[in-house]
Amino acid sequence: MSDLLLKAFDSEKNESLPNLNVGDNVTVHLRINVGQRNERVQLVRGVVIRKRNGGNNENFTVRRIASNGIGVERTFLTTSPRIEKIEVHRHAHVRRAQLYYLRDRTGKSARLREKRLY
Amino acid sequence: MKSLLGIKLGMSQVFDETGVVTPVTIVQAGPCFVTQVKTEETDGYDAIQVGFGETKNGRLTQGQQGHLGLLKKDKKHPHRKQRNLPALQHLREFRTKKTAEYEVGQELTVAQFETGDRVDIAGTTKGRGFAGGVKRWGFKGGPKTHGQSDRWRAPGSIGATSGTGHVFKGKKMGGHMGNERYTAQNLQVIKIDSEKNLLAIKGSVPGHKGSLVIIRDSAKG
Repeated sequence: MSDLLLKAFDSEKNESLPNLNVGDNVTVHLRINVGQRNERVQLVRGVVIRKRNGGNNENFTVRRIASNGIGVERTFLTTSPRIEKIEVHRHAHVRRAQLYYLRDRTGKSARLREKRLY
Repeated sequence: MKSLLGIKLGMSQVFDETGVVTPVTIVQAGPCFVTQVKTEETDGYDAIQVGFGETKNGRLTQGQQGHLGLLKKDKKHPHRKQRNLPALQHLREFRTKKTAEYEVGQELTVAQFETGDRVDIAGTTKGRGFAGGVKRWGFKGGPKTHGQSDRWRAPGSIGATSGTGHVFKGKKMGGHMGNERYTAQNLQVIKIDSEKNLLAIKGSVPGHKGSLVIIRDSAKG
């Protein structure tokens, strides 16, 4: 029964989005409103530190380092029509499902070992 | 008169094209069958009886099977009627004046609803057991500080002393809460999936996951 719930309206899923993994370095193309009518695409580039499943509530969090070394995290709903495109730049070798430890690290120690997919 | 029975599957959310999220309850509704048409002449009031939830014949009592026309007619039982209905778990009545529009065996599905329709949904609320005044009636409880102890969720005074000499009947206190019928009114149908018999209803619906809900036209229109 819960399967029915999760797949209730999954036909609306944006199939063109890539399969994300925790640790991926991605750019999210997000449509945002500017003023009343105008729209533009905002780019958010960073590391996926968390993924949550759950049908239409599926979401992921991207952590990026903004100016002055301040970390900014943003959570996106995977099924949202506002997400235009997601680019995956590199994959990382990670040993955790949630990379919360990155919050306490800066500079060199905040790097992730790259995982090359052949 | 739109009428349907369903099973509450749980809550989810849907997006509109601008990306605004609406919280919805997914209800698996129908297919239902009209099992009996009651009229003023025969029963004293007008209503249709609707059945839902296909099951095995053996799971029903003989009385239920007979009512649905599932028992075979033979020499011993010449008056048994066959009604062309499946074995149905749940039977509920809907009052309607338009009984002429219905006949026994007619199938009712989510197709009778349209996106944006307003509906009332009745069900049995989740049982809360013995609940205190704060949960049951929204009491504020007592102060947590200024030298108080054991007064956080206390009901306060429950009446006067010798003036009345007793506590009034119906005084709001702790007691059993939930597990009673409740109708959520004027809910909006957000999405319909007629292949999978699913309805997405805006907001919450009474009952736990897997409980029976009764869907009707909104009384408020």
